[in-house]
Amino acid sequence: MKHILALLDRTVRRWGERPAFGDEHGTLTWNQVGQAVQSLGTALAHAGVQRRPVALYLDHEVPCLLAMLGTLAAGGFYTVLDTAQPPERVRRITNQLEPVLLVTDAAHRQAADALDLTCPLLEIDDALTCSPDPFLLQKLREEAIDTDLAYVLFTSGSTGTPKGVAVQHRAVLAYSAWTAGTFAIDETTVFGNQTPFYFSMSVTDLYTALRTGAQVQILPKRLFSFPVQLLDYLTTHEVNTLYWVPSALGGVVRWKALDYTALPPLRTILFAGETMPTPYLNYWRAHYPAALFANLFGPTETTDICAYYIVDREFADDEPLPIGRACDNCGLLVLTEDGREAAPGQVGELCARGSFLAAGYYNMPDKTAERFCPNPLQPHYPEIIYRTGDLVRYDDQGLLQYMGRADNQIKHMGYRIELGEIETAAFGQEGLQSCACLYDAPRDRLVLFYTGKKGLEEALRPRLAARLPAYMQPGAYRRLQAMPQNQNGKIDRAALRALCKED
Amino acid sequence: MHTIEEIMNILSEVKPDLTVAPDEELVRTGVLDSVDIMSVVMALAEEFDLEISPLDLKEENFHTANAILALVNRLDD
Repeated sequence: MKHILALLDRTVRRWGERPAFGDEHGTLTWNQVGQAVQSLGTALAHAGVQRRPVALYLDHEVPCLLAMLGTLAAGGFYTVLDTAQPPERVRRITNQLEPVLLVTDAAHRQAADALDLTCPLLEIDDALTCSPDPFLLQKLREEAIDTDLAYVLFTSGSTGTPKGVAVQHRAVLAYSAWTAGTFAIDETTVFGNQTPFYFSMSVTDLYTALRTGAQVQILPKRLFSFPVQLLDYLTTHEVNTLYWVPSALGGVVRWKALDYTALPPLRTILFAGETMPTPYLNYWRAHYPAALFANLFGPTETTDICAYYIVDREFADDEPLPIGRACDNCGLLVLTEDGREAAPGQVGELCARGSFLAAGYYNMPDKTAERFCPNPLQPHYPEIIYRTGDLVRYDDQGLLQYMGRADNQIKHMGYRIELGEIETAAFGQEGLQSCACLYDAPRDRLVLFYTGKKGLEEALRPRLAARLPAYMQPGAYRRLQAMPQNQNGKIDRAALRALCKED
Repeated sequence: MHTIEEIMNILSEVKPDLTVAPDEELVRTGVLDSVDIMSVVMALAEEFDLEISPLDLKEENFHTANAILALVNRLDD
């Protein structure tokens, strides 16, 4: 198979009458998706997007999924823009991408016009009325090869220019084959999609569904504020598979919402994107003892994931979860600073090789060369590895443990500190709902932000003193009413850093 | 009985630059995001000493300032 849409063709033939994509406004079958993609593909092909970037300025709803697939049908590759972002930020992405077409809808037309792009704009409702040209689409398909780009996902990049990770068809094909097989995803699966389409985790929901005939039910973002209603929504739509960021799973834990309503029929609960606090996992597992839980790990540069751990034993509330082992067709190396293989137990940088690797950063040759570089352990032929910048080590069971970001390791009182260890030690404290530890460099102190009971620091102080050395003790505790979140639903560490400065 | 002014005060504590009418939609329009809603819930619980159950944490109880007022008056009965 060379083209992602070969997966769609097969699924339409096999499961055409089954539900495919749903949101608050309705549900489409695979047949309907197939027809819409033909219309959109034809309209986009008329705009001449073959092997060219198309920007999609649409909300987190079904039409955006159709526009993504329509772009692929026209032989182009897409970038989904966040409609909630201020125009200056969107422009930083479009400047980098230089799209040849922007697809939007009537609701966002004005905002899209205000972006002042030089490319034409197309409204999706107009494109959907285009009569399909199967011969044109067939020709474009024949001209495609599996190393053509499918999409460019921009990583948030807390400072400077956002980096566009360019992902090829073959990476998505290899990756979705792995997810479908490993997590037994099939046509009876219903994903409850939390993550936005400009975030790499959504690649798993969409393309695993495309491969297997599973359904993607897009969850309205506002329901994550109302956990009991969120669970009822999952039940109504028969959602049985979640792949969420831990903060989203934590919203349910914080209100013990699983104890207040009927349990949705969940059988698979996957998570990635940030460290999973073990108490969250334990709460969910207590309610779903038979479900499959897995901790997934990886950057956008390996399509979504490069390592995974299927939870196969009990974990204490302050015990970190391993990130496990390499996915199929994704080799992992742990390299020391001088480019040698780390000894068992030694901390090194996680590097990935194999079919899941992105082609590089779009329009950024220097950045690409810095992170996608020759494998120092393979002297016999050129092989590219991706340096994740994540520090890991193998534990005595041979499982990878995450040790933090290489560029985030701080030095405090002369010691190297991994902030995640402090967070893990704090978790398990009765009454603690969430926490995040930051290093306040100007004042050379550690600040532990938390949500939970008032005055909890009286209990946290002795708890951390008993578990961590003196140089890892927070110098300040700050209780927040709510933990700030970024657009992906993860803890917003940049916002916390700004709070450090305010003090 | 609480007043709409008390609710407006809490809303402006959470979002200092916010100006809304008592019946203006807050949730679906994204005027309040999930972090804001959580902050409002915590502020209501603390300032009015209320027990807010997960079952009270519903969109219809938070979608306007008037809805929040009705919830607070019911819980503080």
